[in-house]
Amino acid sequence: MSTIKTVGVAGAGTMGAGIAIVAARAGFRTILYDTRQDTLDRARRQTEGFFAKSVQRGKLTAEAVETIMGNLIGTTDIAAMAECDVVIEAIFEDLKVKHGLFSDLNAVCPPHTIFASNTSTLSITEIAGGSGRPERVVGMHFCLPAQLMKLIEMSPGLTTSPEVFDAAWKFAEAMGQRPVKTKDNPGFILNYFLVPFNNDAIRMVEAGVAEPADIDRAIKAGLGYPMGPLELLDLIGLDTQLLLCEALHGVTNDPRAACPPLVKRMIAANHLGRKTGRGFYTYEKDAMFGG
Amino acid sequence: MSYQLIDTGNSRSFPAAHALLDGASASGEVVVLIGADAGSALNDVTARAERAAILVELGTESLGTHTGESRGTEGSNVLGFARFRLGDGNPSDLVELVRQPATPDSAIAAARAVLEGAGLKVAVCGDFAGRIIDRLIRPYYNASLRRLDEQLATADDLDLTLRLGLGYPEGPISLLERTGLAHHYDVTSALFETLGTPDYAPARRAVVAKRRAGKGFK
Repeated sequence: MSTIKTVGVAGAGTMGAGIAIVAARAGFRTILYDTRQDTLDRARRQTEGFFAKSVQRGKLTAEAVETIMGNLIGTTDIAAMAECDVVIEAIFEDLKVKHGLFSDLNAVCPPHTIFASNTSTLSITEIAGGSGRPERVVGMHFCLPAQLMKLIEMSPGLTTSPEVFDAAWKFAEAMGQRPVKTKDNPGFILNYFLVPFNNDAIRMVEAGVAEPADIDRAIKAGLGYPMGPLELLDLIGLDTQLLLCEALHGVTNDPRAACPPLVKRMIAANHLGRKTGRGFYTYEKDAMFGG
Repeated sequence: MSYQLIDTGNSRSFPAAHALLDGASASGEVVVLIGADAGSALNDVTARAERAAILVELGTESLGTHTGESRGTEGSNVLGFARFRLGDGNPSDLVELVRQPATPDSAIAAARAVLEGAGLKVAVCGDFAGRIIDRLIRPYYNASLRRLDEQLATADDLDLTLRLGLGYPEGPISLLERTGLAHHYDVTSALFETLGTPDYAPARRAVVAKRRAGKGFK
């Protein structure tokens, strides 16, 4: 049984908002923290839309959603994280920025609070090194879209205490998720495979092998994948793909992990994907995936 | 749109009954050549220039092998195609339709009408090694076979993570085992010959499977 009652999520972007849904839906009191009110407002609007669809599809009752939404609080005040038993960080993939956040949280949160990082490419041991409590930091990598995907890749760093890892594992199960243990290796399992795979798809567009829609159609109809690589990249965001490439290529030197030039051109044109309304495709709405 | 079918035998795309085979006529605006020697049968097609499209089933070779190429200006009413199929697995509903730089849109539209009329899905691509799917997935399959050797995770955990994390219907290790690792060797060898990057070189486990298959072992 998990002893965790209150969950903090730091960062209200696509991943953070999805993780907050997972925690709140499982009955945890959930505090979503972001420095920007407009980001919190968007997360709230998307979350309400997501749960409305859950009700429509008969997955949740309107009463259950009311309770969940009552347990889900947004805040721009980091002091509100003082009541959290665990804080899951889902902010920018930058070691210094994550160190800064965890240092601030370390000053606010009680000593028992576990710090989890949703990093997809950075080393848990390196993140733990700048957290002020290296033995209480654990990797919890959720999958996109977090509100629908069950898997969490869980990695202990070199300094993580086995008790903390065990408590975080039980917490993941209590959220109804399926944890898988991985080593603190670059990209863990998923991104080690996915980032170069997506780069290969981008290089196929660059080389003129086929149009994005033809590539996506081939992969979905030929292999039964739920999404094509280019629509998935639009969901991930091209700016995030650049960071993933830089993090993974910086450590592995794998040529397939190197960022294709087209990504930088698309970022320069603000074609970041769904969030800017245009990536490999154009979009009219920013509604959340699924329900 | 009416179409004529010429079957040279041993088609990888159509090993069993299919609406495309049933719907053919004795003659037609489109000609569909299937089977292992489909490319050679191109010379047997009469009134080639008057056809809306002529479809040639491809293996791992380029369409240019059969049509010839001309300084990047090649393209005619002759298109390549293959129904995607992994090794010994069943063919999917996806057809990769191969065009050349100067292939007219009308030929693509005619080919698409015939294929979609038989319930198939069509993805158009240029005449590149591996077309869309093999070009994209073979480096990923090689990487998963190599990471299995390096004990990143067990085969089951690797498959489970990729299924749950990305929604893939099957993990790479079980998929390659089910459809035949020796086939993976054949496809990656052909890609490696053209593309030359290490990502396409057959992974050790595929080399082992191919050598054992050659000796009659399973």
